[in-house]
Amino acid sequence: MVAAVGSVRRSFAPWNDPASKPFIEFRRVTKRFADFVAVDDLSLVIYEREFFALLGPSGCGKTTLMRMVAGFEEPTEGAVLLDGQDLAGVPPYRRPTNMMFQSYALFPHMSVEQNIAFGLKQDRMPKAEIAARVEEMLNLVKLKPFARRKPHQLSGGQRQRVALARSLAKKPKVLLLDEPLGALDKKLREETQFELIDLQQKLGLTFLIVTHDQEEAMTVADRIAVMDHGRVIQVATPAEIYEQPNSRYVADFIGNINLIEGRVTATAAGATRIEAPDSGAVVEIDQAVEAKLGDQVWFAIRPEKVRISLDAPLSGSPNTLSGEVWDIGYLGDVSIYHVRLANGATITATVTNQTRVVERPITWEDKVWLTWSRDGGVVLAR
Amino acid sequence: MTAAADTATSAPRQRSHPFGWLVVAIPYAWLAVLFLVPFAIVVKISLSTAAIAQPPYTPVIDIFGGIGAITAAVRQFAIDNYVFLTEDSLYWRSYLQSLEIAVVSTFLTLLVGYPVAYGMARSSRAMRPILLMLVILPFWTSFLIRVYAWIGILKKEGLLNQLLLSIGVIHEPLTILNTNLAVYIGIVYSYLPFMVLPLYAALEKLDDTLLEAAQDLGCPPIKAFWKVTFPLSLPGVVAGCFLVFIPVTGEFVIPDLLGGTDTVMIGKTLWNEFFANRDWPLASAVAVVLLILLVVPIVVFQNQERKQQEKEG
Amino acid sequence: MERRASWFNVTAVALGLAFLYLPIVLVVIFSFNASRLVTVWGGFSTKWYASLLQNEALLDAAWVTLRVALISATAATVLGTLAAIALVRYGNFRGRTLFSGMIYAPLVMPDVITGLSLLLLFVAVGLDRGFWTIVLAHITLSMCYVTVVVQSRLITFDRSVEEAALDLGCPPFRTFFVITLPLIAPAVVAGWMLAFTLSLDDLVIASFTTGPGATTLPMKIYSQVRLGVTPEINAICTILIGLVTVGVTGASIFTKRREVERRRAERMAAANP
Repeated sequence: MVAAVGSVRRSFAPWNDPASKPFIEFRRVTKRFADFVAVDDLSLVIYEREFFALLGPSGCGKTTLMRMVAGFEEPTEGAVLLDGQDLAGVPPYRRPTNMMFQSYALFPHMSVEQNIAFGLKQDRMPKAEIAARVEEMLNLVKLKPFARRKPHQLSGGQRQRVALARSLAKKPKVLLLDEPLGALDKKLREETQFELIDLQQKLGLTFLIVTHDQEEAMTVADRIAVMDHGRVIQVATPAEIYEQPNSRYVADFIGNINLIEGRVTATAAGATRIEAPDSGAVVEIDQAVEAKLGDQVWFAIRPEKVRISLDAPLSGSPNTLSGEVWDIGYLGDVSIYHVRLANGATITATVTNQTRVVERPITWEDKVWLTWSRDGGVVLAR
Repeated sequence: MTAAADTATSAPRQRSHPFGWLVVAIPYAWLAVLFLVPFAIVVKISLSTAAIAQPPYTPVIDIFGGIGAITAAVRQFAIDNYVFLTEDSLYWRSYLQSLEIAVVSTFLTLLVGYPVAYGMARSSRAMRPILLMLVILPFWTSFLIRVYAWIGILKKEGLLNQLLLSIGVIHEPLTILNTNLAVYIGIVYSYLPFMVLPLYAALEKLDDTLLEAAQDLGCPPIKAFWKVTFPLSLPGVVAGCFLVFIPVTGEFVIPDLLGGTDTVMIGKTLWNEFFANRDWPLASAVAVVLLILLVVPIVVFQNQERKQQEKEG
Repeated sequence: MERRASWFNVTAVALGLAFLYLPIVLVVIFSFNASRLVTVWGGFSTKWYASLLQNEALLDAAWVTLRVALISATAATVLGTLAAIALVRYGNFRGRTLFSGMIYAPLVMPDVITGLSLLLLFVAVGLDRGFWTIVLAHITLSMCYVTVVVQSRLITFDRSVEEAALDLGCPPFRTFFVITLPLIAPAVVAGWMLAFTLSLDDLVIASFTTGPGATTLPMKIYSQVRLGVTPEINAICTILIGLVTVGVTGASIFTKRREVERRRAERMAAANP
């Protein structure tokens, strides 16, 4: 089952196809509240059938952006379009979008059935059709035996599924998910993430999820927009975001990153050399950088791409640093080495514990050498 | 909820409310007509003179009589009633005594009400709603009847005297009824729920960990009460005091039934001017002066309430 | 969290409650007093209840009072709820300060002032005084209390439920009646009961704004108190007290039972996810 989904997802990339039409579009949208700007001249395109994530810290404007699609906020400037239609002035109860609320917002005085049927009743659907659709939804989220219960008689996970069923009942063009998994414990959260992906593929809908949890975004999304202070910093697939961040902000926000500051000392076709006299690092990478000679740049490399060894490399080779093991974090599956350089900076190297040996060859205060390959990291100009 | 944090203080969207303005307009109009306008009329009547007529004052402004009729009437306005108030000592004695009684009884009510509210707030979770209901229940039964019951308790042949005489504490029946003491008892009794409820609300919300922290830092319980609990309950104290002080100043029933001839409270004076002497203009002047006296406390009370609502909102 | 009440606290509460209930208990007891005198016990008798049924004046007054209370409480609840919505949901509209001032002032305004000013209004516009002027006066007084009660409920109301309804296609007007109102109903009902009691109980304002043929029960009781009271008054008061006690206790038990039910259901649900 998962393999089938995966293969569909691998070939699904409408953002690379110049012929595909935008489904949800933000055109130079700005949203100002009395004392601050929540969304700042933002333009973004989301395609049909995407599972799109808005990722960022609290206050970055991601929820405001989503609420503008739902209709609970109107942009101060700019336009929000859905399937080519400008949504300005269209109230939330007339939009073909539905939202799954962070607090679930189930109607406490109605049963599960009535909650799910609520949206359908507003559309004046005939009774028999409503009953059929409700049954379909209940089966979808596996809550059939709980149909008559009221929200307070359900557990947290069950309530979440009712909220999901209710928001899908009207088969909306877009499903908006507002931090939907925050209240669940880790195991349940992971299970639900995969259920959501499954559901989205099965129903062929467009999902827009807002989250501050980068792992969640990486797991479920086809593309992620990383936001900061009302602006989109980078929009890309999870793999691109992780391996090719476009700025220190994105690199630092997702996962862990080592940043080495330096200057461009040589550029050639497809290769760049950076020197950081402060840390003593000489970096040579197979990447053409937009920066000019002498510019200040940052070399960013993920901890798992850094090799740690007690043996020194060939003298004079680039892409190497030496230091002392300052701290070791043992997480069971990986070991994280924090290595202190001569200038006081710390580089992190993550090593998978591939054998079950408990006594490690490298321990605290050992002198070690860190090396990385020529394509192990990226250079960031900002 | 990060959702709330993200959207900050977004005002409710009213654009989708075609009849939205009605929600504000209807109660606004009602209050403007039936609360504000009458005050203007009271002021106007206070500037008129009593007359043996129906209504018993002159001039009578015919609201449909046009500008001419109105200006003619206005020219007959006089501040005679206000002058009279300052001349006759009955009136300014009434005002002073009303204020005095109001201040003392507010203080007494606070003294009695605070331990009750405190005890309620410290009781177990299960007991609290029951106690709350018990405190509110008398409020739901007739105020007049309860005051009248006190007559039976406090009079010379009343139950209190019977009890005290029978157990030998006193040998002569005490004169309590028709004195200021009876009025104080009556006021404390009737207004106790108004003091207890806001106090209880404030005390119940108190974070117990603050007291634990105080004790942990070496503060003995009684000192902790004065340094931590009482200051934090002040909003409740203030609300309760206003809810007692302001209405008591103009209280009528209790001084009338329980007080004596030397209990001259302004509520009683106003009532007598109006019903016994049929002097509407004078009664109006009395009311206006009382209002002026109370304006400052009322405005302070309103501000307090508004600030409390905003804090909770 | 569990709190322990010291013996001082318990005594304080017990004394306070005893103080509050003493007169009520006495009124009830003496309604069964065979003797006419309020201070001498002459044996148990229900004769005053019997004679109450013959006392037309008293019964008429009770009927007037009941009708005034029912009508004014209902109207006051509607107006008060509207005002509460205006204050909580409508942000800073023009004239908001004045509006909230008008809401909070009647809470503390001495009855004599309110009564006098309303009477003068009715005279000025030439409105005949009687049943309906009392109703108008009571509505004006009670609506403010309803506003305060409903407002405190609305402030803590979770609006995401309303947004969910809007999102599912329910226009705002209908959302209010189908979603919001059922959920704030307990506060609205509490407001109604408060308005009902205030009206039932009011002497001063009714005295000012009444007219021929509209004597309320408090007015009747007051006039009798000055002359000398028959225990029929005790009897009718006991009946009122009984009705109110049954009503309030019944409501409390009902809500308590629902709470217990609800807690049990939540616990069961949490145990079987």
